[in-house]
Amino acid sequence: MAAEQPLFDPSLKKRKKKAVAFTEDPLGPDADPTTPAPTTIENTTTNGDVVDLGPATAHEQMKRSLNGAPDSVDAVDEAKEDDDFKAMFPDGLKKKKKKKDIPMDLGEDGSGASAAAAVPAATEDLDFSDIKKKKKSTKKKAMEDFEKELNEAKAKDEAEEAEADDGEHLNELDEADLGDDPFARNEAPAGIDSGTEPWLGSDRDYTYPEACALALLTRFYASLHAANPSLLTSTGKRYTIAPPQILREGVRKSIFANVADICKRMHRQPEHVIQFLFAEMGTTGSVDGSGRLVIKGRFQPKQVENVLRRYIVEYVTCKTCKSPDTLLTKENRIFFMSCESCGSRRSVNAIKSGFQAQVGRRKATAQ
Amino acid sequence: MNVQNLNSFDPFADEGDPLGGNQDVGSQQNYLHIRIQQRNGRKTLTTLQGLPKEYDPKKLLKAFKKEFACNGTLVDDEEMGQVIQLQGDQRLKIVKFLTEEGIPKNTIKLHGF
Repeated sequence: MAAEQPLFDPSLKKRKKKAVAFTEDPLGPDADPTTPAPTTIENTTTNGDVVDLGPATAHEQMKRSLNGAPDSVDAVDEAKEDDDFKAMFPDGLKKKKKKKDIPMDLGEDGSGASAAAAVPAATEDLDFSDIKKKKKSTKKKAMEDFEKELNEAKAKDEAEEAEADDGEHLNELDEADLGDDPFARNEAPAGIDSGTEPWLGSDRDYTYPEACALALLTRFYASLHAANPSLLTSTGKRYTIAPPQILREGVRKSIFANVADICKRMHRQPEHVIQFLFAEMGTTGSVDGSGRLVIKGRFQPKQVENVLRRYIVEYVTCKTCKSPDTLLTKENRIFFMSCESCGSRRSVNAIKSGFQAQVGRRKATAQ
Repeated sequence: MNVQNLNSFDPFADEGDPLGGNQDVGSQQNYLHIRIQQRNGRKTLTTLQGLPKEYDPKKLLKAFKKEFACNGTLVDDEEMGQVIQLQGDQRLKIVKFLTEEGIPKNTIKLHGF
């Protein structure tokens, strides 16, 4: 990958974005029959690409898939992505075509064949959703297999295409990764359920059992949405929190500048959060005049972020429905967390700092 | 939609007193806590607290010291009991070591940044 990247990388990305509009025309008739309903397209697409991100709850997936359908027009980013993905997946044609014509300047001959081959490749791609590398290899292999079957295009051409395809694929992945707020919770729409429709439309007979299972899942979610749409509207959008700003004060103190802001966004008392931070990091500190937290010891933003993450998992998100919309109340010296969206209520662990080793200045303790 | 499997259990039934077993609520006594503490400079200390009774802390400490090539000591704390204290950031190594020795991972709590 690394070897190929520099060749294709910069120009391809730009071209891709521009080219989205005029993708379909030349091979339109071929492409159309396999294209499914808009909902599923979006699913497919997002699904196919964001596989690498963390797992999402079924709820989130559902929500994503529902949102995808009506909102595709307004959300600019999404629309763009979707276009790309659309180009990529459901009929394979568009992307292939684009790549072939515009950036690569390859021979025009093999386009039809490769396009036909691309659909199965895409489907296989869905099945192996683990790692980029793995995906790449399998995809390539699959492509080549089908190409042998088809016996139409030149082998060399195809290989190059496959590589190019992978390159773009990875690019998109990277973009997605970068675009993510690093401190946002992973709500990756890893909808395994989706992405089946395009194959359903085609008349190929598949020997993959996964295809059937996925098709069923898609149907299940579709009907579920139809039955109770409130499931999807209830959850908020992705839960984001500004990354902690850590400044250094002197050599052995760090300042956590936006602690108040973060606490406000989490709807938690700053005291509670600060107590947790100190207990977890095994230090002490104080709040200065302008509401910033002064922590003893040297800490990187990443480290504080990790601790905050743990705080959110433990004390903010509802264990039942994963919603961050919870209230923390104290009764009889015990903290209770009650969820605003699902109504569940549970006690949470008290913050205990545990054993603190004696660090430095042993003379004072020895006396 | 009716899911037959779920019918036997009423999720909204009253559970009774949420604090039923009072001594266990909010306490973290069953966990092994692994913490880290910053010292001066890049130096750190790792502490292991809440070791189950069936393990001999002295022998474990010896094994740790040998395995991780670090020094360490056994500290008697009036609240926490005996605490193993190791030099340097050995948290992940301790977790690995303990899980390989058969301590279930969900009883180990890894603290720190």
